[in-house]
Amino acid sequence: MEPLHEKKLQYLESLANRIRETIVEMLLHAGSGHSAGPLGMADIFTALYFHVLNHNPKAPDWAKRDRLVLSNGHICPVQYVTMAYAGYFPLEELKTLRKLNSRLQGHPHRKSLPGVETTSGPLGSGLGQVVGMALAARLDNAKHHIYCIASDAEHQEGNHWEAVMCAGKYRLSNLTLIVDRNNIQISGYTEDVMPLEPLREKYEAFRWHVLEIDGHNMTEFVDAVAEAKAIYEKPTVIIAHTIPGKGVSFMEQKYEWHGRAPNRDEAKKALSELRTLGRRIQSEHE
Amino acid sequence: MLNPDLKLNSKLFDADVEQKPIRDGYGDGLLIAGAENPNVVVLTADVAESTRVEAFAKKFPERFFECGVAEQGMATIAAGLGISGKIPFISSYATFSPGRNWEQIRTTIAYNDSNVKIAGHHAGISVGPDGATHQATEDIAMMRALPNMKVFVPCDAIEAKKATLAAAKIWGPVYLRFAREKTPIITTEETPFVPGKAIVLWESKRPQVLIIACGIMVYQSLRAAAELEKEKVGVMVLNVHTIKPLDEKAILEYAERAGAAVTVEEHQIAGGLGGAVAELLAARLPLPMEFVGMQDTFGESGTPAALIEKYGMGVGAVKDAVRCAKKRKS
Repeated sequence: MEPLHEKKLQYLESLANRIRETIVEMLLHAGSGHSAGPLGMADIFTALYFHVLNHNPKAPDWAKRDRLVLSNGHICPVQYVTMAYAGYFPLEELKTLRKLNSRLQGHPHRKSLPGVETTSGPLGSGLGQVVGMALAARLDNAKHHIYCIASDAEHQEGNHWEAVMCAGKYRLSNLTLIVDRNNIQISGYTEDVMPLEPLREKYEAFRWHVLEIDGHNMTEFVDAVAEAKAIYEKPTVIIAHTIPGKGVSFMEQKYEWHGRAPNRDEAKKALSELRTLGRRIQSEHE
Repeated sequence: MLNPDLKLNSKLFDADVEQKPIRDGYGDGLLIAGAENPNVVVLTADVAESTRVEAFAKKFPERFFECGVAEQGMATIAAGLGISGKIPFISSYATFSPGRNWEQIRTTIAYNDSNVKIAGHHAGISVGPDGATHQATEDIAMMRALPNMKVFVPCDAIEAKKATLAAAKIWGPVYLRFAREKTPIITTEETPFVPGKAIVLWESKRPQVLIIACGIMVYQSLRAAAELEKEKVGVMVLNVHTIKPLDEKAILEYAERAGAAVTVEEHQIAGGLGGAVAELLAARLPLPMEFVGMQDTFGESGTPAALIEKYGMGVGAVKDAVRCAKKRKS
């Protein structure tokens, strides 16, 4: 993986903003779905698909590809949009999200869409599957890396911690977990619903290497991934602090936007804000 | 009489019939499957000894994963292995796997179509002294309801070995159900085992009732059949080792010949073998039918034999059900 140069960074930041716009358009069309999480993770998904992952959108089954597992499947709009921009399928297909006969299921399904590594939606089950993939890769002497994205609130699931323990036990340095630390969940703020802090120390206690970054700073993210891949003998977790609803003022930090889609007026306002943001990103890099 | 074509154990009805825990066949099968295919891997949740996977762990240590007492973790880890080209067998007690981890099995194994084999041990009330918490009597129903899932319930250790080997060769999720206690050996190495093909173990000249059984209740059914023959009641005993996909052809054919059916299982009547057969017969061949199994109740501590009697699954209960079904024909 190359370091992130200024020109590439500008391209990725602009692209992430376009991905946010497309997420809003897609959710408006679908009429239901999750808004805050996908907007908050657009930077990391863009960096993954356009800089970090070793993958080939034209050959999604390529054996040597890096694997990306989305554990909190409800933020799949950001994955679908990023995959479409990366060339896995036509952008036009994004209009079928949550519709009958679509490959874009409301929560991602491995058998429906090539490039989706596993099925998710029920929370807390992604990391276990990633542990299985990492053990399989080790048995096969395969060199690909396995990434897992998990939400902060899904740490309330016992299943997740069973996998955390197992990854520590087997010293799975070929996997990296990215935690979307956005502090919201469907019914409130995570620290009100079920306090999670101190999160860093929890992972350290389970024999993980822990990194903390600003999840909207792609340079920090790419550097963290490079460090994670360089660490041997331990799995790494990157705790990415993100702003849910990022880029849309009336959605930012609002748990009420966890599980709903914008209506026509809200989408119009959101898109106008994101376009302004896009112009600002362009001018900042000039 | 016993079906001579199946080369069954000739000492089956002897007092000193050879007995072996059905779960032993799982361990034997895994050793062979592991040697035949390097992709076979085994996981357990702190019950390696009692699920008989210790020999595999010793022979193939790099392909054995101890997940700790964490059945949900075990199921999801296996799902990841299964979609990465491995053939994982997950081994625990059926009350916990598929009991506790049913949703993980549903989403990450069945819906995901991951090539995982789920071995549910200590199934049925015959677990005995451990009591109802450890007696899985709902697992067939839980697993039969899942799309993409196949369900095997072998009747003895030899059949369990064959079922384990077959599961390793079949693509896709499979549930294997094993009992804990020593069980008489009914079949031999020569007895055919084809997944999805039920076999008639006993056939009287003029069968009046078809007994459809699985697991340890196959032996109970055979003993009932032998006693009934002396009482001039002819029956057939069909060993349905594969509950899903159900051998509809065989069941319809033999049920039509007998004109009445009794299902016998160490499981709740709701949703198990009896439920599967009733769904078929109700739609295609309605006829008098009786059910032997757990009557919507939990078990308790006790010796296996006493529990089987108390909860209405003994030889006498099978015979009563046959007489009742026969009576309802006229």
